[in-house]
Amino acid sequence: MSIEALTVAPADLLAEATRLKNDGYRFVTMTSVELDQTNMEILYHFDKDLVLKNLRVAVEKGGKLPSLSGLLFGAFLVENEIRDQYALTFDGLVLDYQGKLYAETAQTASSSPFCKYHVKAEPDAKPGNQPGTQPGNQPGTQPGTQPGTQPGTQEGK
Amino acid sequence: MARTVIPFGPQHPVLPEPIHLSLVLEDERVVEALPTLGYVHRGLEMLAVKRDYNQMIQIVERVCGICSMIHSLCYCQGIEEMMGIQAPRRARMLRVVWSELHRLHSHLLWLGLFADSFGFESLFMQLWKIRERIMDLNEATTGNRVIVSVNVVGGVRADLDESQVRWIKDTLVEVEASIRSLQSTIMNDSTVCKRTKGIGVLTRQAAYDLGAAGPMLRGSGVAQDMRQLKYAGFDELNFEPVVETAGDCWARSTVRFRESLQSIDLVRQALDKLEPGDLAVKAKGKPEGEVITRVEQPRGECLYYLKGNGTNNLERVRIRTPTFANIPPLAAILPGLDFADVPVVVLSIDPCISCTER
Repeated sequence: MSIEALTVAPADLLAEATRLKNDGYRFVTMTSVELDQTNMEILYHFDKDLVLKNLRVAVEKGGKLPSLSGLLFGAFLVENEIRDQYALTFDGLVLDYQGKLYAETAQTASSSPFCKYHVKAEPDAKPGNQPGTQPGNQPGTQPGTQPGTQPGTQEGK
Repeated sequence: MARTVIPFGPQHPVLPEPIHLSLVLEDERVVEALPTLGYVHRGLEMLAVKRDYNQMIQIVERVCGICSMIHSLCYCQGIEEMMGIQAPRRARMLRVVWSELHRLHSHLLWLGLFADSFGFESLFMQLWKIRERIMDLNEATTGNRVIVSVNVVGGVRADLDESQVRWIKDTLVEVEASIRSLQSTIMNDSTVCKRTKGIGVLTRQAAYDLGAAGPMLRGSGVAQDMRQLKYAGFDELNFEPVVETAGDCWARSTVRFRESLQSIDLVRQALDKLEPGDLAVKAKGKPEGEVITRVEQPRGECLYYLKGNGTNNLERVRIRTPTFANIPPLAAILPGLDFADVPVVVLSIDPCISCTER
């Protein structure tokens, strides 16, 4: 089961969003989905008369997409959130928190806290019961405290 | 004229939860407002990869206490859709009952806080006194006042017997009378009108373009409510969205007031349609694929994107809460306001920061 979504190239994103806006669609939100070690996709959700229209845009981790915030101001918050959590950047963001929407210190590409492939997991460790093996249990590795200051905690899966 | 930056929050008498606004003022007029978040961010979406899909029900209920039942309803609906099952009719009607009781106590809570924001303390106390009756109903029927934890994948875990149904109906008669007795104060009192009418106006077009949700959208004249999607038991109930057109704080307040009465009506309708039946169907297999599911929370449209891979753990849980959608419109309407109106306008979006940050 998959959602219906129109696949759009990053270069065509603004034109497609403009077309939807002109057709009377309301911007709902965006969803970032991690696919594998190197690839992500961003889903853009629009609504008109209670029917959702979704756009699917592929992007590499640490990559860049055009920002919708100049066209749809409501997009600025979710674009900043994705920057914080997944280290994607957005060109033309009208209100750019520089990776500090939630965190006091900017996130970097190597410390994207919501990417599971950057979270260290011990094969034999039971999640939540092994202090030091989960980012949340280790001072300095929580999102926003000291990103990127714990070598070894942000490596492969 | 020299500009002054005034910090508003994160701790402020009108804010139930922490959010910070940097207000740039010229004299006492706001010319710019920059929101800052991050005080209650918990990374709950990330827990999806560490907890199994049944444990996630307890997690999503804690995205926001005030609308916990509706969060878990949205989540369970999504999992059910992925697994190709549907909750039994009785369970769907019970979901309506508890979700509308949640909306009712949330709106009463907000109306009280709103009254408090412009110094009307006796109105605040009256509204919260009424709200306690709803909290009693929640506690007696589910075991908890706020986080009622009734939803499971495939249905609900609690039921109502005949005496409880009668008690809820009797209580709602008194609650409705109490709410109606405050109608003229909330809508017509000169103190209330002076602090709310014409203040913080969000036009219909701006509300739509900025992606506003819930009473913020409907207070600006857009008749959109996710209950029109007929989820849970709403397909069998008479329902029309409550709409006001002024787009100001008064309109948003009036939408919530009228929705409180509407929720009482919906609970009655759902209780009248309760028939004997199962509370849940068994879920077999593991969630696989991706779904988007939407419900109407007290603060507006809530969207869940769920992606499963056939294991116990979901790959992605994305939650777009209504306050998250209403912050850009708030940032857009604050410039031009008098500083003294800022607390009232901020509260008029019914900010839920726990929801926003997750």
